[in-house]
Amino acid sequence: MAGKKMGLQTIRFQNPPSIIATSSIVGPKEGQGPLKDYFDLILNDNMYKEKSWEKAERKILKEAVEMAIKNSNLPYSKIEYFIAGDLLNQIISAGFAARELGFPFFGIYGACSTAAEGLGLGAIIIDGGFADNLVVATSSHYCTAERQYRFPLELGNQSPPTAQWTVTGAGAAVISSRPQNPRITYVTTGKVIDMGETNPNDMGTAMAPAAVDTIVRHFNDTNRTPDDYDLIVTGDLASIGKDIAEELIKQKGFDVSNKYTDCGLMIFDPQQDVHAGGSGCACAAVVTFGYLYKEMMKGKYNRILLVATGALLSTTSTQQGETIPCIAHAVAIENL
Amino acid sequence: MQKLTKEQQDYQNFVKQKRPKPPLLKNILMAFIVGGLICVVGQVIMNFYISRGMSPKEAGAPTSATMVFLGAFLTGLGVYDKIGKRAGAGSIVPITGFANSIVSPAMEFKREGYVFGVAAKMFVVAGPVIVYGMCSAVVIGLIYYILKL
Repeated sequence: MAGKKMGLQTIRFQNPPSIIATSSIVGPKEGQGPLKDYFDLILNDNMYKEKSWEKAERKILKEAVEMAIKNSNLPYSKIEYFIAGDLLNQIISAGFAARELGFPFFGIYGACSTAAEGLGLGAIIIDGGFADNLVVATSSHYCTAERQYRFPLELGNQSPPTAQWTVTGAGAAVISSRPQNPRITYVTTGKVIDMGETNPNDMGTAMAPAAVDTIVRHFNDTNRTPDDYDLIVTGDLASIGKDIAEELIKQKGFDVSNKYTDCGLMIFDPQQDVHAGGSGCACAAVVTFGYLYKEMMKGKYNRILLVATGALLSTTSTQQGETIPCIAHAVAIENL
Repeated sequence: MQKLTKEQQDYQNFVKQKRPKPPLLKNILMAFIVGGLICVVGQVIMNFYISRGMSPKEAGAPTSATMVFLGAFLTGLGVYDKIGKRAGAGSIVPITGFANSIVSPAMEFKREGYVFGVAAKMFVVAGPVIVYGMCSAVVIGLIYYILKL
């Protein structure tokens, strides 16, 4: 019997793994946003002294990992696994960073849900007794994402108000069996939900039902309610998706209105011309590992539910007229 | 394209009212103003060539070439995308927008090399316009030819 399983999709950890250190690196635009004081490093330019944006992205991913390990005061030899993913084809940022770092590596892809997916899998490995310390990380970069998914940067096109701005940045966390706060207590693994959205310029609308499904499943599996949390935070639904999610959760009988927010709304100021808000793997990662983690350490929040959302599409599937399958993973992080 | 289920259709109807509309009037006005300004620049250049002794017909080709150069130049300076963000169709439709659509991918994919990057990706945006522009020109030309017979 799987003794740690709860309900249909949730795991309750027996010895909740700890997040003993984090790091966050962001690009210049994110560094002008409302959370600028919480990031460990703000880049002066998107190129970061590299020859291409892809190289810059893998460099910030690698440096985020190194910074998190440094913050944990653990020697490199104690890091047993490295779990990472990103948005680029064949997750090259993660794979190439792993080449430099030299840890045993699990490459994962959950689009923008990667931060929560990594935290969940990392915690499972720790609580399962397969390792004592590991690093999870993810990255995204506005310029690499634009050229892969959309148009060249210098093309003079207009994006619709539903479009979102891919966050440039990388976040990493060291998860450990060492008992200290904050801890990962529950993980609810999401199902892939597709509500028929086809517009790749409206990810919030596409992903909201996946977030709702996972959040409601989490409450039902754990018998918790929104009252059990100080904050419920989705990954990158941005303004439109967040409103839709909030309303749908209410329809399912849970009122999250006074404690629900979204990383895509937190990271940018509306004046920064990002349309609906932020997106990308780094959106949930830097907000969680930068802002939320630091505020949990200070005790402002004691129980948060991170629900990172991802759209599992590609340019090929969009061009072939397919709808957008989406996923959301929930991770409960608590000060015990 | 697959058929949507009832649940998916209901959701699509639900979100339809949630989705903000693009600021249509503002976009149209900006397109009109900027598009008009680009045409004024074109006219000034054309008048310059005419003042140098070209007939209006002869001046057409060098005017287009100059406008293409300006579009490409502003793309290279990183200005044209900023104009395009505000102007929309106003800066896409004129020939300067055509230059922008070719130069921007050529710049962006330089790192993938001159063959598979610059040359191969150059027409990634403008390619369809050229293909269907040529095709429709041939069709219209044929119709015109047949009607004149």
